[in-house]
Amino acid sequence: MSDTSKPAKRFTRDQIAARVAQDIPEGAYVNLGIGLPTKVANYLPAEREVFLHSENGLLGMGPAPAPEDEDEDLINAGKQPVTLLTGGAYFHHADSFAMMRGGHLDVCVLGAFQVSEHGDLANWHTGASDAIPAVGGAMDLAIGAKQVFVMMDHVTKTGESKIVEACTYPLTGVACVNRIYTDMAVLNVTPNGLTVLEMAPGLTFDELQAATGATLVQ
Amino acid sequence: MIDKTFESLERAVADIHDGATVMIGGFGNAGMPSALIDALIAQGARELTIVNNNAGNGETGLAALLKARRVRKIICSFPRQADSQHFDALYRAGEIELELTPQGNLAERIRAAGAGIGGFFTPTGYGTLLAEGKETRLIDGRHYVLEAPIHADFALIKALRGDRWGNLVYRKTARNFGPIMAMAAKVAIAQVRDVVALGELDPEAIVTPGIFVQRVVKEAA
Repeated sequence: MSDTSKPAKRFTRDQIAARVAQDIPEGAYVNLGIGLPTKVANYLPAEREVFLHSENGLLGMGPAPAPEDEDEDLINAGKQPVTLLTGGAYFHHADSFAMMRGGHLDVCVLGAFQVSEHGDLANWHTGASDAIPAVGGAMDLAIGAKQVFVMMDHVTKTGESKIVEACTYPLTGVACVNRIYTDMAVLNVTPNGLTVLEMAPGLTFDELQAATGATLVQ
Repeated sequence: MIDKTFESLERAVADIHDGATVMIGGFGNAGMPSALIDALIAQGARELTIVNNNAGNGETGLAALLKARRVRKIICSFPRQADSQHFDALYRAGEIELELTPQGNLAERIRAAGAGIGGFFTPTGYGTLLAEGKETRLIDGRHYVLEAPIHADFALIKALRGDRWGNLVYRKTARNFGPIMAMAAKVAIAQVRDVVALGELDPEAIVTPGIFVQRVVKEAA
């Protein structure tokens, strides 16, 4: 039975996505990574013009089409059918990754296995010896955008912090994450360490610190 | 009269030799030149090194080439997917070599080959497993990794329209690797939906100029 008098103390995934969307200004060129980050698009207000980039070769990506309008030649990086907004453009892969690597994207939003207190990112490989490795554009996204946002659960299903002093999973990029959005808090990665920008309602700093595998600066 | 068009898919791939390095366009199935791949499977070349973003999806195209056991090595960025069962089985059995490269490095390595660049320093992958053993350099305070070009004997790509000089235009996100693979291969073979007369493609909008394309073949009769 749920106890409704008790504060939730956690942001839902939709609340995290909405919170990330708040930090994406009009005119931004943005890449939303595969998985949870794609939810952010649902919370970008229609009147705010934001250019969504998909690394397979489009800018001005629109929402999913109606099933009868799906086109196998118009897909996103997750190979799902999408649409192109009026004014959008197609380009080849070397140009697309030049946009990423060359610092032309304002924001990219990525999921993660782990983020370190220095902003190191691990999100491509568990390191398990029997895993078939696959990297895709993860490493290019991690190092290329002006601001790299990570959105993820604060702790794993077994309760371990995904924010750590040093990543134990293989790295995707070194010192590349600027901000972390979790179900417990919004954290900035700064030269002085991880600072707390916001916490889920009802959560105390001590509770947040106890759930976090790196020292937080208040 | 210069005419790069071939009357059949079979003839267009007839000289692909055992052991060749073959670039195959496409991101998943968008831009996958399946008609050329089917012709290559029928042709029988073996021990191929394949360059593609993925390692086959489902049962057709590159997945079918893998299933036919024609591939010795694959250079790609994202082999493992929900429907990459033919690659997964070969990899787990130790019957295929994998060179994993970040997607942007894959694209730029292909572009570099086509542009005559002998290698380039990129920040992508620095400090990761995929840069192990590679030369690095600190340039203006940032760390970079040296990456080598990828050349190919053949490129199989899919375009929307082509003419007898080899000029090509593509369709939507099916463009992906086509333009750069055409540049990087000694022989670029484009399957097109339509062969059009010279002049029908707007010269301001031609994506791949014919200098990069050696053969054009209609994908279906």
